[in-house]
Amino acid sequence: MNLDYAPAPESRSVVALRPNYALFVDGEFTPAESGEHLTTLNPADETELARFAVAGPADVDRAVAAARRAHEEVWGPMPGAERGKYLFRIARIIQERSRELAVLESLDNGKPIKETRDVDLPLVAAHFFYHAGWADKLAHAGLGPDPRPLGVAAQVIPWNFPLLMLAWKVAPALATGNTVVLKPAETTPLTALVFAEICQEADLPPGVVNIITGAGETGRALVEHPGTDKVAFTGSTEVGRSIARSVAGTGKRLTLELGGKGANIVYDDAALDQAVEGIVSGIFFNQGHVCCAGSRLLVQESIADELLPRLRDRVSLLRLGDPLDKNTDLGAINSAAQLERIRDLAAVGEREGAERWSAPCDLPASGYWFAPTILTGVSQAHRVAREEIFGPVLSVLTFRTPEEAVAKANNTPYGLSAGVWTEKGSRMMWTAQRLRAGVVWSNTFNRFDPASPFGGYKESGYGREGGRHGLEAYLG
Amino acid sequence: MPVPTATPSGVIVIAGRPVSAAHRPTELKVPVPHTATAPEAASNRALRAFLHGLPGVDEVGARARAQDLATRSVKTTAKAQAIDLALSMVDLTTLEGADTPGKVRALCAKAALPDPADRSVPRVGAVCVYSDLVATAVEALRGTGIGVASVATAFPAGRAPLEAKLADTRRAVADGAAEIDMVIDRGAFLAGDYKKVHDEITAVREACGGAHLKVILETGELATYDNVRRASHLAILAGADFIKTSTGKVSPAATPPVVLVMLQAVRDHHAATGARVGVKPAGGIRTTKDAIRQLVLVNEVAGPAWLTPDLFRIGASSLLNDLLMQRTRLTTGTYPGPDYYTLD
Repeated sequence: MNLDYAPAPESRSVVALRPNYALFVDGEFTPAESGEHLTTLNPADETELARFAVAGPADVDRAVAAARRAHEEVWGPMPGAERGKYLFRIARIIQERSRELAVLESLDNGKPIKETRDVDLPLVAAHFFYHAGWADKLAHAGLGPDPRPLGVAAQVIPWNFPLLMLAWKVAPALATGNTVVLKPAETTPLTALVFAEICQEADLPPGVVNIITGAGETGRALVEHPGTDKVAFTGSTEVGRSIARSVAGTGKRLTLELGGKGANIVYDDAALDQAVEGIVSGIFFNQGHVCCAGSRLLVQESIADELLPRLRDRVSLLRLGDPLDKNTDLGAINSAAQLERIRDLAAVGEREGAERWSAPCDLPASGYWFAPTILTGVSQAHRVAREEIFGPVLSVLTFRTPEEAVAKANNTPYGLSAGVWTEKGSRMMWTAQRLRAGVVWSNTFNRFDPASPFGGYKESGYGREGGRHGLEAYLG
Repeated sequence: MPVPTATPSGVIVIAGRPVSAAHRPTELKVPVPHTATAPEAASNRALRAFLHGLPGVDEVGARARAQDLATRSVKTTAKAQAIDLALSMVDLTTLEGADTPGKVRALCAKAALPDPADRSVPRVGAVCVYSDLVATAVEALRGTGIGVASVATAFPAGRAPLEAKLADTRRAVADGAAEIDMVIDRGAFLAGDYKKVHDEITAVREACGGAHLKVILETGELATYDNVRRASHLAILAGADFIKTSTGKVSPAATPPVVLVMLQAVRDHHAATGARVGVKPAGGIRTTKDAIRQLVLVNEVAGPAWLTPDLFRIGASSLLNDLLMQRTRLTTGTYPGPDYYTLD
């Protein structure tokens, strides 16, 4: 008999969407001087969610000036214990409003409510709680007896984890005494704007957090603005490179969190059922819109024939559809542009000789969707083994020996993440030591914790976010 | 070419599979789980090589998967369907030292008519009692079509000589038990004497005659998920029709990760041989929510083919009334109090 789960949609009524959103500068929502707007869509059905202001150079000036003033007059001189109280308050409000934020994030981003509810929002609150605890203990962070804040931080974040990336940027900056001007991505600005409301609710002094919305031009104006002391960016390697160029020689500090092509290495003695789970969460978590996704599966050739059918069976169980349905495992692709890129690269993989398999699932008629896909027979020479797809597409390669596994895993310009699956402790340590990746997951994948530093080798960027190491990026 | 050999216990073995169950000729082919080959002869060394050759279970990962499946939301029509299915899978159980013929007859009456106010309730899977009360239960259930399951083999500890275990089993079968729930010798398993565990199961299997055999692993005493996986495959290899988590006398009992690992074992066995072995969680499943979570595990781990009382049972006593209460609530919209449901 079949146990068909009836639709179990989370209610949208917890979200009070406004038709228009203004910029959040100096503690107030204010219109952009240009009067220009952009529209953000629900990627699951292409309906309009809201219009938001596009910040121009004058707005950026205003936001940076407000942040400077707040840093010099209020936030910088404030004792750490007091700053910590604000952060604790923000963390608690986030928890109180987590259902609203989770639903809004699913609407704006397309990711399933299961993930926003169980992963994104708990981690967002955890980042604020963790950094709130650091605010009055910076002298004990191992960065000298009296580390000082840098000043004003310009922060630009991506669309894949909108509110979580905001937390990764804002929480350490504020804990260390910096003030921020943050620009969310143009396809997912809404949770950042609700975060602005939360800052008001927490009575955060005006100007400590400024949120300006817009597209690439706004981001450029912000990172090139001479009035900031620090630039933090998460996004593509291409944009990261141009930011590094523009910041060069200015004296600003820079952290970059860029692309990845993570290797997930499965040895023949791995706990197979859990390895299959790890491969699935490695590449299909958040529709594969994860910079540290395990997008290259490196499986030992001797178990490939056993592992791959299990993997396909498991992927066939993934439930794709309405992001607000509590039983949905795989939501919508965030934008038409991203969907196009995923389609193109998957097609290139097929043309270059990889065998393509997609889970047999019905795609909704409207919205942006891509069925979970596995490409087998991929070699290091294929583009799908080298370029970041940033979608639910897994490239499968095989290896014969541990040396070959490590060599293949490291044979990429990126170096953000890797996973290793073996029941043998010594092989785990041997492999992890040799992988040039900022995060190496041992018998798991895509697990995050605010106490654990996150960042890349090589073209995956520099600097670390989270943990004690992450504080260093905001202290001089 | 496998050569039949006589083992010291006198059981004929063909390529590792004891041929004791003449009534099950279709299952003579050797079950070959996925990564290891079945032992050539049922020696301890061969069994150890086979069981320890199975892929390991990562505890953190197994728990995480079970937790993930626990978030499935089963509502409205799906919930109604799941409740009826769960009702048909309940092995309504009383296993107390204080069990009397009166208590067993009352339980049987409850099994035959779970909700006097609603005759559309499906009948339960079986009634499960101690072996000395089988005759009473069989008599009480005559004409209802509900079978009697009996625990046997010195349940729950299993610490008795094999002769006593076999006598226990034979008596229950002679009195009309359709299903035998035996316990494995956990002491032998933990001591690495897999052959003793295996041979006891095959001996009980033989004593069962036509009765179905459920093999209780008592996972709470095996402690690790690796052991649960090995014991599952060992019981399947020895001829279990069902593998069952627990006696209900040891905690933890049927936790979701344990059931997950056992469902993976029967799934893998089916993939290798085409034969389906059933799974029975028992102990600690008290609410409709618990039961539905078990069904979700079955659905997404072993597959929908296991969603039948022939291949999945839930050993429980207090679960039945909660299922009935939730069933009434779904059909009438109101939530009657526990006093509207019969104790037994």
